[in-house]
Amino acid sequence: MGRITLENVRKAFGDVEVIPGVDLTIEDGEFAVFVGPSGCGKSTLLRLIAGLEDVTSGRILIDGQDVTAAPPARRRLAMVFQSYALYPHMSVRKNIAFPLKMAKMPEAEQQRRVAKAARILNLDSYLDRRPGQLSGGQRQRVAIGRAIVREPEAFLFDEPLSNLDAALRVNMRVEISQLHNNLKTTMVYVTHDQVEAMTMADKIVVLRAGRVEQVGSPLALYNKPANKFVAGFIGSPNMNFIDGEAAARHGAHSIGVRPEHWRLSTTEGAFAGQVGVAEHLGSDTFLHVDLDGGAHVIARASGEFPVSHGDRIWLTPQDDRVYRFDKQGLAA
Amino acid sequence: MATAHQRTLARFMVAPSVVLLLLWMIVPLAMTLWFSFQRYNLLMPGMEEFIGLSNYRYFLTDPGFWTALTNTLLMVAGILLISVVGGVGLAMLIDQPIFGQGIVRLLVLAPFFVMPTVSALIWKNMFMNPENGLFASLARAVGAQPIDFLGQYPLLSIIVIVAWQWLPFATLILLTSLQSLDSEQVEAAEMDGASAWARFTHLTLPHMSRAITVVILIETIFLLSVFAEILVTTNGGPGYQSTNLTYLVYSQALLQFDVGGASAGGIVAVDPRQHRGALPDAPDRQDAGLRGRTWHAAFPIRANGSSPSSPGRRPC
Repeated sequence: MGRITLENVRKAFGDVEVIPGVDLTIEDGEFAVFVGPSGCGKSTLLRLIAGLEDVTSGRILIDGQDVTAAPPARRRLAMVFQSYALYPHMSVRKNIAFPLKMAKMPEAEQQRRVAKAARILNLDSYLDRRPGQLSGGQRQRVAIGRAIVREPEAFLFDEPLSNLDAALRVNMRVEISQLHNNLKTTMVYVTHDQVEAMTMADKIVVLRAGRVEQVGSPLALYNKPANKFVAGFIGSPNMNFIDGEAAARHGAHSIGVRPEHWRLSTTEGAFAGQVGVAEHLGSDTFLHVDLDGGAHVIARASGEFPVSHGDRIWLTPQDDRVYRFDKQGLAA
Repeated sequence: MATAHQRTLARFMVAPSVVLLLLWMIVPLAMTLWFSFQRYNLLMPGMEEFIGLSNYRYFLTDPGFWTALTNTLLMVAGILLISVVGGVGLAMLIDQPIFGQGIVRLLVLAPFFVMPTVSALIWKNMFMNPENGLFASLARAVGAQPIDFLGQYPLLSIIVIVAWQWLPFATLILLTSLQSLDSEQVEAAEMDGASAWARFTHLTLPHMSRAITVVILIETIFLLSVFAEILVTTNGGPGYQSTNLTYLVYSQALLQFDVGGASAGGIVAVDPRQHRGALPDAPDRQDAGLRGRTWHAAFPIRANGSSPSSPGRRPC
């Protein structure tokens, strides 16, 4: 079982405090995604769980067992690195078998597990190649294979898809989700891509500057962001924020409206503006609108909304979809 | 070099240096070959004549030849062993983050900047001298009999001296290679449960194998022609105990004034090196680029500059 608990975990590099104190529980079998802008400490947090960095203070528990001082190998976790970190001089077979060999597992059992992992990941025909002869997606699969043969308590992924091209990234995203459904093992996944977070996670942990901003399911974060940062980070394109008088009318310091929650009209509405760039994606059109008040917002329209550059347009937010924030940026 | 035009231009541009290098190689080699078939002794001027393979027969049946050949191989093997094993160890040591890293690295590299003659003299007079050397003092301090290193273990002493000079070179190359080891790979191995020793044998050593090959190749080329250290310390003695092929050729040419015999010796000594030089590309075509480059850079200079044939050439 793989229930991971962080109790007031702090990490400082010299004088620089990257993680000022995190309390977090990842339940057994959960797919947890750490998401945040670069430099927010999400990779550091993952490396603390893995044991590749020492915590400055606080405790890490796996299944109730304190592993704060345990070396990485003793934590029964497996990690998939951003660079895949395959051993270049070993064949795929040897790469996948390496953790088993280090655990001094009998040869027959090693072969059985490697064969099983290769079958799951469609690597059968590549087992005797070297990592250098594989494509990015195949290397990714080998790295995952090396992780699953150990049958760990939990998998840790450190931005595993960031070196793949867009199409492959979508495929691997689905494959990793499927893998999680099959194995039902705890997975902790670090990414800066909120689309990956939304599509894969059971639980998203939004981080900023080493602090947990909000924890929740993807839809909970989308529907009820705790603050302006989370509201702006989750959702694509980003939420539009409008300050000043218009916000005051809604009784808030600042209001947020997602691009998909505008009602558009060419004749009347709450906010008037001028269409700037129109991005036609086929299914949707994203309109960049300069409001008369000076704010710049994005609105989603259906695929064939008949406006073009320079046209006047009126936007009205859906009443139940206006997010109100106070002066500190907290949701009101 | 994409187009045919560019290729032609490139050929013209490199031509002068290629021609120069070729002449630099061919002329001395041809003269050495020519002398090796001549009776040519500086003590008997005017008696030069063609004598076929006699010079080779005399050189190969010289009582010192087999000893010199064995000594040469022992020397190369011994120094390689010390400098590669020691170099891996030192490289791993100074790769650790320590205070004063830059100074430490500079100090480790220092022996490489000392001239061979100078370092051999330092070793001979300051360390290995049985009267006032450091080792003798140390031996006396613990009540032991000082050892006359150069008299009793001449070959081993020279191996130690030359290994001391080449250790920094090996360390430098191996350190560079060590620094290019991907830290995520090391961390992955750590997560996979590999012990420090397992990480060394399964990750570090394979990663460094290419650099180790480079070290072995370059050092072999230079070590086959160790000369200054022998001349300054033991003069090849006692007997032939520390004579290598280079030194044997030197003694033929400049102590016995037999230019013909020395030339034959030079050709004989060049031969095994040609074979060594042909080795690097064979095992792994993929990195022929790197290895080929280092080899080509080092080989022509050594084979013709201060190689065994050069003492033979010197009289002319």
